[in-house]
Amino acid sequence: MCELNIWGGVGGAELRGKRSVSPPPAKYGGRHTVTLIPGDGIGPELLNHVRELFRFCCVPVDFEVVTVDSSVVSEDEINNAVTAIRRNGVALKGNIETNHNLPPSHKSRNNLLRTSLDLYANVMHCQTLPGVQTRHKDIDIIIIRENTEGEYSSLEHENVPGVVESLKIITRVNSLRIAEYAFKLAREKGRRRVTAVHKANIMKLGDGLFLQCCKEVAAGYPDIAFDNMIVDNTTMQLVSKPQQFDVMVMPNLYGNVVSNVCAGLVGGPGLVPGANYGKNYAVFETATRNTGKSIANKNVANPTATLLASCLMLDHLGLVDYASMIRKAIFKTLSETRLHTADIGGLATTSEVVQSIMREVQKTGPLTSEYI
Amino acid sequence: PQGLSGARLQPLCVRSLSLTSSRNALESPPARADSTFKVTMVPGDGVGPELMTAVKEVFKAGDVPVEFEEFHLSEVQNMASEEKLNEVLGSMKNNRVAIKGKIHTPMEYKGELASYEMRLRRKLDLFANVVHVNSLPGYSTRHNNLDLVIIREQTEGEYSSLEHESVAGVVECLKIITREKSRRIAKFAFDYATKKGRSKVTAVHKANIMKLGDGLFLQSCAEVAELYPKIKYENIIIDNCCMQLVQNPYQFDVLVMPNLYGNIIDNLAAGLVGGAGVVPGESYSAEYAVFETGARHPFAQAVGRNIANPTAMLLSAANMLLVLSPQNQCVSVCVSLCVCVSQVRTRDLGGYSTTGDFVRAVVANLRHRPVY
Repeated sequence: MCELNIWGGVGGAELRGKRSVSPPPAKYGGRHTVTLIPGDGIGPELLNHVRELFRFCCVPVDFEVVTVDSSVVSEDEINNAVTAIRRNGVALKGNIETNHNLPPSHKSRNNLLRTSLDLYANVMHCQTLPGVQTRHKDIDIIIIRENTEGEYSSLEHENVPGVVESLKIITRVNSLRIAEYAFKLAREKGRRRVTAVHKANIMKLGDGLFLQCCKEVAAGYPDIAFDNMIVDNTTMQLVSKPQQFDVMVMPNLYGNVVSNVCAGLVGGPGLVPGANYGKNYAVFETATRNTGKSIANKNVANPTATLLASCLMLDHLGLVDYASMIRKAIFKTLSETRLHTADIGGLATTSEVVQSIMREVQKTGPLTSEYI
Repeated sequence: PQGLSGARLQPLCVRSLSLTSSRNALESPPARADSTFKVTMVPGDGVGPELMTAVKEVFKAGDVPVEFEEFHLSEVQNMASEEKLNEVLGSMKNNRVAIKGKIHTPMEYKGELASYEMRLRRKLDLFANVVHVNSLPGYSTRHNNLDLVIIREQTEGEYSSLEHESVAGVVECLKIITREKSRRIAKFAFDYATKKGRSKVTAVHKANIMKLGDGLFLQSCAEVAELYPKIKYENIIIDNCCMQLVQNPYQFDVLVMPNLYGNIIDNLAAGLVGGAGVVPGESYSAEYAVFETGARHPFAQAVGRNIANPTAMLLSAANMLLVLSPQNQCVSVCVSLCVCVSQVRTRDLGGYSTTGDFVRAVVANLRHRPVY
């Protein structure tokens, strides 16, 4: 996975003249410490499975658990979580529910986390998984979504009663930054085309600025083709011919819509992991950020997305071998053993799937052979 | 109701798609079987003129007593000006019904943030856009037997054309949501559902992030829903809605939403049943009705190549006939269209026929229809 915030860079050059002090990586005696935020709904049970699996595979990662209660109005808990992530640098999280009945000043906790840590890039890699029945085949799209500004600025007011103005902010700095990230990632992964998704025919200044920044950055990467598409045409194309897309970059709201459409195309919210990258921090979660309240604690949730997100985290920490071992086991369970949870049309429970993954790891991994 | 011929076979009151009793009072003299109707026609850009030619040919073959008043309003071809716009508006005031193609909005900012299409909509106050997403009989896609109605608020929201750059490199786009317009579109949606015998209305929003804006929209929908105890009311967040549409679109019946989400969902749903060439749509204000395609694209790449699919425009024209005079002729136009779609396929549906072939097939079917 992408190593744009490489730990080696933190220390000397980064600390000089920076407002936020980023501590050296939390790795001692070969063991990493990672912040774990269980969240609500299916988050806690799935993250418990992750911990179980890591213990079984002897992955050298320790979790520092920080709970965030979504019903509490004070922001202390989320600030604690943010500080914990600043300490450890990497986090794995479930989705924290946003209670609609609280007043509008109560901001979304997930949003606060993303903006405080400046996790500007949300990367979602959508691939058709082996063994999962879908209407579309051969999809392999990387979606890069600007994560901090755009329509999610939470700047709204009601000047005149009955008339609400919501501000959508697009800045040159952030647009250049996300475009730069997208092209760098495309180059690293050997991708050939980047498509910018926008609505500049209607929001001429806003999305016009975003598009212009993408074009400027594209000029510096002549080996990668760059084109752009309006968001309505994009969704229509995604539904009819998703194989034409390679890497897509877009502002916040369109990213939300497009990533959910793509998740639906490859089999649903239970299968796709997502990652949020900032300059110094990385937070991993499921791509579509669902709380799954209605299926919480019923042992029917699909653990694939959370487990694949933990693999992304292992890649980020440099534990590539463990990551590929777990990933292979997950794909084997999906395709050969065909143990599917209800959302992809099967009858298995979450624990059965996790047990099957552990069995696969046991069969192939040399690391656990001494423990048998 | 299956496919195309659902509600069309039931007699409808002429123009009573506008909603309060007071409006029925200012109707022009009741339609007579031998009167000719005058309809404003704005061909627009791209393949618009070709599609309009198709409509005219089919109407002539079906002996439809409709006379078209054409206006060529186009921003990209430099044929747009205030006077032209006023001419179109004047014609609309007389005729009340129009059929139009897409007036393309150039992406460059030439000093005017609102496009001509937006201005036309605002001046005529065409607040409701209705798109009928029906699977074509005889053409199977990944989702068959789909029957959705998408209602979109068309005058405010993200398309307010209010943008500014107060600080260099930072653009603010305003999204306006008002209680009055949200209530109006919600009432339209529920009235439409009642009229067409639909059982469920789902509001699409993103109120977890835009708490005041979309929160107001949601609140207005809930208030209006109380007046319609027989119709089920639900709401869903836009990202989940997109994912559900891709995985299981049958759970939706009527969808109502603000401007931008409507644009995205219209196109997504059009992609599900076969693309932009297949889905008809119309825009309503209290007094006027404008008929057009559901997914609005000029499709400039197809100009002059005779490959555009006229189905959407012809279906929309048939809907227009239904509003003008619900008598035999519109039924036969529809029926011949149905037959043709299953036999003669244009490029977008995987066939090799040209626009001309399709129109000729429809005309041939009309000529051989039984005349009572």
